[in-house]
Amino acid sequence: MLIETTFTPLQSLAGGLLIGAAAVMLMGFMGRIMGATGILAGVISPSGWSDWVWRAAVLLGMITGPFVVLAITGQMPAVQVPVAMPMLAVGGFIVGIGVTFGGGCTSGHGVCGMARLSPRSIAATATFMVTTTITVFVIRHVIGG
Amino acid sequence: MRLIGSYLIGLVFGVGISISGMANPAKVTNFFDFAGIWDPSLAFVMGGALIVTFFGYKVVLKSSGPFLDNVFHLPTRRDLDAKLLGGSAVFGIGWGIAGFCPGGALPALGTGRTEVFVFVGALLAGTLTAKALQKRMAAKTT
Repeated sequence: MLIETTFTPLQSLAGGLLIGAAAVMLMGFMGRIMGATGILAGVISPSGWSDWVWRAAVLLGMITGPFVVLAITGQMPAVQVPVAMPMLAVGGFIVGIGVTFGGGCTSGHGVCGMARLSPRSIAATATFMVTTTITVFVIRHVIGG
Repeated sequence: MRLIGSYLIGLVFGVGISISGMANPAKVTNFFDFAGIWDPSLAFVMGGALIVTFFGYKVVLKSSGPFLDNVFHLPTRRDLDAKLLGGSAVFGIGWGIAGFCPGGALPALGTGRTEVFVFVGALLAGTLTAKALQKRMAAKTT
């Protein structure tokens, strides 16, 4: 199932600037990398109370983000899912395995690590960008085509 | 202070993700569909986030430490290994299938959509499975 989306350079740029601002603030205040993988991992398997509680607070902040958008624009952010539920579950499980072994995802490696010019993060980001592209191509143009 | 600060930083991230389109699997997968209905928006998300973080980190990391902790907790490894590259390759496959990455899906939970809960539930199951596997692998090598 294909869902066309419109090109939104300004919103996407503004969103990106905010994501960057959050990453810089988390480093400046807490000394931590703003990575969704690390934050989630620290919430589900904490190494101690003080370590758990700030990650839980960040997570809660993330989840309330859409409500701020709702309050300002009158609409929840769009969530359009082009795949069936079982595929979402399969994809989610695979993502969980991958980011745990890879030690990060789009935010941790793709933004924070790349911004530090970390060779590991640059290699990780290049790798997942390529496999994501191949996967989308195969699903849409080989299997679906 | 740490709690309120962390909450507000998470909120800024969540708002950023929400307006950027990263919480929208259709938009994310269309970015990778160069041969089809390509939507280049996500390049602007990545570009904006990278510019701010690159220059912001330069300023912040010059100071002796963060405001609310003693040290910067920075990864120090620079070598590439099979776990990093294999894990990242696997992540990309899952991202291409589902269209959600962890940073996109966690804020999307706030929309209350069932699909997001299904994805995040599976993400947690995958994370816990990988952690159990890592423990077994570590036990074997020692």
